[in-house]
Amino acid sequence: MTASPDNVNQRLSLEESWGYDRRMMNYIYNAAAHGLYEIRGLGAKRKLPHFDDLVFLGASLTRYPLEGYREKCLTKTILGTRFAKKPIELDIPITIAGMSFGSLSANVKDALGRAATAMGTSTTTGDGGMTQEERQSSKTLVYQCLPSRYGFNPDDVRKADAIEIVIGQGAKPGGGGMLLGQKINPRVAEMRTLPEGVDQRSACRHPDWTGPDDLTIKIQELREITDWEKPIYVKVGASRPYNDVKLAVHAGADVVVVDGMQGGTAATQSVFIEHVGIPTLAAVRQAVMALEEMEMKGKVQLIVSGGVRTGADVAKAIALGADAVSIGQGVLFALGCNRDSYIQNGEHHSAVDDYTALGTAPGYCHHCHTGQCPVGVTTQDAVLEQRLEPEMGAKHVKNYLQTLTMELTTIARAAGKQNIHHLEREDLVALTIEAAAMAQLPLAGTNWIPGQSSF
Amino acid sequence: MDGVMNPTTNIISFDLTTTSLRDVNHYLHHQVSPGNHIDIHHPNGAHNLAVGLQEAIAVDIHGHTGYYAAGMNQLASVTIHGNAGAGVAENMMSGRVHVKGFASVSAGASAQGGLLVIDGDAGLRCGISLKGGDIVVGGSVGSFSAFMAQAGHMVICGDAGDALGDSLYEAVLYVRGNIKSLGADAQIEPMTEDDQAIVANLLEQAGFSHNPNDFQRVASARQLYHWNADAKQDY
Repeated sequence: MTASPDNVNQRLSLEESWGYDRRMMNYIYNAAAHGLYEIRGLGAKRKLPHFDDLVFLGASLTRYPLEGYREKCLTKTILGTRFAKKPIELDIPITIAGMSFGSLSANVKDALGRAATAMGTSTTTGDGGMTQEERQSSKTLVYQCLPSRYGFNPDDVRKADAIEIVIGQGAKPGGGGMLLGQKINPRVAEMRTLPEGVDQRSACRHPDWTGPDDLTIKIQELREITDWEKPIYVKVGASRPYNDVKLAVHAGADVVVVDGMQGGTAATQSVFIEHVGIPTLAAVRQAVMALEEMEMKGKVQLIVSGGVRTGADVAKAIALGADAVSIGQGVLFALGCNRDSYIQNGEHHSAVDDYTALGTAPGYCHHCHTGQCPVGVTTQDAVLEQRLEPEMGAKHVKNYLQTLTMELTTIARAAGKQNIHHLEREDLVALTIEAAAMAQLPLAGTNWIPGQSSF
Repeated sequence: MDGVMNPTTNIISFDLTTTSLRDVNHYLHHQVSPGNHIDIHHPNGAHNLAVGLQEAIAVDIHGHTGYYAAGMNQLASVTIHGNAGAGVAENMMSGRVHVKGFASVSAGASAQGGLLVIDGDAGLRCGISLKGGDIVVGGSVGSFSAFMAQAGHMVICGDAGDALGDSLYEAVLYVRGNIKSLGADAQIEPMTEDDQAIVANLLEQAGFSHNPNDFQRVASARQLYHWNADAKQDY
């Protein structure tokens, strides 16, 4: 039989549905196959209004720039000046976010401490207590008090330089911690008082207080235990930051940490990561507005986190009113997260086969929850964790933080500031209407701030 | 600021109507030695009294306390001659805290060690997130007690409210009276000789004379330890 001219000329019909594209179909196939939601690591992957949607107005005739290499531009940052006898003094406004021993290996916690100490900044514990390694390697260590209270004890409270009461995190405001059984090895289990290998789902509410009035007393308890020496931070996941910041300040926080929805996690339901919380860009403005209305700007410090990646991101967060930023995922990438190779004794070794075994590839991996991190960052596996050498990891994280700091001062000098904390909203404009509305900044080239003024 | 020393009893006394809470706590942190005996008068419901103690001292509080009395206790023996507010002995590590009256919510929350004795009733969430401490309640406990309790023991001489032991890990609960309802994954199990010995020992330490045979054992069925797609659980 010969093909008819009609058949030869027929084209493949490949019109993809927007609502039911291949990603969505895969989601449904997986749901149908397993009857259980997806759990994964890292943060929101969807495109969101972000710091990239803002640009700085450099100095020109109306403003006076500073010499890029010669003139001083201070980065010193002091946190916890409100009530604490011993505020935190940092050389740079970039801190390392809370990530647990358990989600990360002891080698990684050690590397983060070394890098932070070398750069004069702080590291933070996580939902699993304080390790010897991180206390020894971190000059300034913030100790988290979480709903689970895993490994939380008064000796470590006294060893800490500051205490951070975690109400929630940006990846999952309203949710508790999660660590799957593969990562509950004997040491992690002992620190958390859990049976080895259980799929840990930690509490989402604190066991001994339930609202802002209780929190006031809880903060006072921690102050009494530490003789009012240590700053108390309160960390909230960004959902209603305007109200939450006001309540945290009212409760007596020295420092408020606001974590936007781009913030990462070691393991959370993907529906939670992508659909709960608001973008960091929107959260910063709301948080700053709350502080300004309470006349607490500069008295209670604001740390912003959630998708802060570059020196430009840091500069924009600070110009919007933050006193410092916190970085989690950025430092994991600096350690080699998602790279195709890991380094042992100065030589690169391919990790591609291990990504394949996880059903993923370098650049796409979010399998922190499995504990099988091919580059040894988010694992408790005795073999895999060796792939991250603390010295090399510390060097990379230090380089990363140094780069961000140089970028930050580059922008500050260009805007004519001798101190990065002098960056201000007036230095910024927005590139999109969404960003203009969320950050309450004028759309570039206009005086238009959505909701405030007419074009 | 120092308290007043009674030369015959060697008891150092503080009066919270004349000495500030911060001064009393500072004294208890830095100016005591093992064996010291401290009396605190007129607490008048003060929050955060005798928190963060680290020495094997005896502290008697004569009156009612507010939130977090004896919080994070280590080694000390604190007796509250009155009622205690929320979170008494929260996160206790060691030592002993004895409430002669009633205790409010979250008594002994996340305690990792030591013994908490409550002569009267305890409110909601008694022993929540318990991590190795022991709690003996002479009366009854409110709902959601021992929620997510991970290790340690609770001996409840009266009744238990709703959802006792919800999402229990390895902590074990003993109840003499009625249990209104058990929480998810908690189950009643037969008492063994070991259980009876544990209950007898804790009752003796707490100063109660009940018969250990009258208690029921509640422990985790361990069905929530692992994700299970077929269990139709609402997690």
